[in-house]
Amino acid sequence: MALAEPKTTSQTLWIERVPPIWWALMLFLLTMPAWANDFFLFQVMGWTFILGMIALSLMFLAGYGGMVSLIQMSVAAMAGYMVAIFGASGMGDISMGLPWWLNIPIAIIIAAIFGTLVGALAVRTEGIYTIMITLAIAAAFFYFTRQNYTIFNGYSGFNLVVPPSLFGVDWRQPMPFYYLTLGCAAICYAAVIYVSRAPFGLTLQGVRDNPRRMAALGFNVTAHRIAAYTFASVIAAIGGILLVWQNAQIAPGTAGIPAVIDILVIAVVGGITRPIGPFIGALIYVLLRTFSPDVLLAFGLSGERFKLLIGLGFLAIVFFSPDGVLGLWERWRTRRSRERDPLTGEQK
Amino acid sequence: MQAFTKRYPVWSLIIALLLAIFLWLIFAPWSDGMEDVMGRKRVFLNAIFGGVTLGALYFLVASGFTLIFGLMRNVNLAHGSLYLLGGYLGFEVSEWTGSWFIAFPVVFVLVGIVGIVLQNQVFRRMEGEELRQTMVTIGLSVVIADLMLWIWGGQSYTIYSPDWLSGPMTLPIVSGVRSSGEIIYLKYPSVRMAILFAAIVIGIAMWLVLNRTRLGMLVRAGVDDREMLAASGVRIQYVFLAVFAFGAGLAGMAGIVGGTFQSLSPGEDTRFLLASLVVVIVGGMGSIPGAALGALIIGLSEQLGLVYAPTYSVVFTFLIMALVLAFRPQGLLGEKQ
Repeated sequence: MALAEPKTTSQTLWIERVPPIWWALMLFLLTMPAWANDFFLFQVMGWTFILGMIALSLMFLAGYGGMVSLIQMSVAAMAGYMVAIFGASGMGDISMGLPWWLNIPIAIIIAAIFGTLVGALAVRTEGIYTIMITLAIAAAFFYFTRQNYTIFNGYSGFNLVVPPSLFGVDWRQPMPFYYLTLGCAAICYAAVIYVSRAPFGLTLQGVRDNPRRMAALGFNVTAHRIAAYTFASVIAAIGGILLVWQNAQIAPGTAGIPAVIDILVIAVVGGITRPIGPFIGALIYVLLRTFSPDVLLAFGLSGERFKLLIGLGFLAIVFFSPDGVLGLWERWRTRRSRERDPLTGEQK
Repeated sequence: MQAFTKRYPVWSLIIALLLAIFLWLIFAPWSDGMEDVMGRKRVFLNAIFGGVTLGALYFLVASGFTLIFGLMRNVNLAHGSLYLLGGYLGFEVSEWTGSWFIAFPVVFVLVGIVGIVLQNQVFRRMEGEELRQTMVTIGLSVVIADLMLWIWGGQSYTIYSPDWLSGPMTLPIVSGVRSSGEIIYLKYPSVRMAILFAAIVIGIAMWLVLNRTRLGMLVRAGVDDREMLAASGVRIQYVFLAVFAFGAGLAGMAGIVGGTFQSLSPGEDTRFLLASLVVVIVGGMGSIPGAALGALIIGLSEQLGLVYAPTYSVVFTFLIMALVLAFRPQGLLGEKQ
């Protein structure tokens, strides 16, 4: 990319190259607590960022690695469980109550190891096989956590898992939690952007497009794919920890099959070609999930039918725009730009 | 078989030995010392038979799944929904007509029609786009699951089998010896034996159709090379329709079977989808004998695990799958891609 760009742009500061729409979005998100109510901040935006992060890890694997993995929700739940087990929770017998600076890294590392192991199994297969195998492993994880009482506390899981009160701030209050999730989401987003442009990310995209050629060029295809799983697991793990903090509890249902499918739906609806897609998908999903009962009731239907709405929406997107809402937007833009003359820029 | 024994004499010997030990465990009366180590023989036998019947049910669901995959390269993740739909429809039909047997052909036809609609209206439009097809089936399974929840609600249903199948039957297998020297034979629900028998008959019939008829020849040729078959003048879309309808209908009938000896409730669809996934991953994608072997292994491991290590029975299934993936990614009887 950098080679193709004219020299003048590389001399300007990177900060000057950020398009104005991003500044506007940043300002909008940073000032949101000033005018949005607590429910919107905590429940809608917080949840959007969390689901967006987990879906972002799927987007990284699917978009840059060509591997549609359904294990990301399980990895997130694994991190959540680990925070509950190594940190403090309502289940005093199992939780160890380690301080936050110890239990959070442990949780992320264990989740990353879990994701890497699953990845090592999954990369032995390709395409649709990867979906099937990761779905099967995700289901096994769900049933295992439901039946195991010594570590995962079975059906009831863990409750009262709250973030540490650092710097005298209660991070579960709507405004601090909003900034916490926003910050984490921004960091994860930036990390994905950075990695996708770093040599590793470029190699990964090469592997996605033509694994045999990359292997012939001397790249270790399998190692790159497994490393992609590790990186994605770390992002999913951060999302998982925040998810536990938001709900203050974790149970097997957190990573049940419907939740696993939801992450795929979010990523696909948003679009898996660019990292912003999962966040758009997550916002749509959360808005639907939060407000569709009211809308459905207004039409005389039961509020429980929101699944139907989400499923139909997903079907429509897959049918008409395989690259999600982002794809719709891009098609609209190309249609608009096609109306201009490519040489003179004049409106036709 | 002969080629396999010639190529892997050591493995064949090990497999034969294991099989012999297994059969001996089933048929021979156990001594007291063995009962001390392994528990009562009746428990063991019940687990084995439970596993075999569960395997039969898994085979009914998974064989359609694997057939559809083998021919159309389409991972139908809505297969579990077809299973549950068949179960609910079977419940309605058997309640309405009062006959368990009428439900089978009716459900086979109804769910088969659903399969035809799916193939003709959905999958044909995106042929060759495997990932997109898979996504569509995921979306369909979400929609169908919610529609079924809407219609039939969250409670669980059980389909009642006819009276003459409802009692236990005595099998000529020794389950234990009384202190008086009298031999006790194993008693087992006759409806389960009937299901096992039916699954074996269906399996053999499928094998015969696939290997001995013209339609089977077309299907096998399609599995091997779709384009070549189409180029030689076969209307391959009709073959696709037939196979999809058959696979869907089979899943629907399996729903009745599952509703008879277990129960039907929301969530069973994903359970059976997962089971068929694991079965075909273990047995080998697109292979009917592979589905039979995989179903038997998974059914047995699930039931034996449930009896001897209740907490970790799911892990056994998963471990088997992981081991197969690690050492034979194409599945036990699958062919190299």
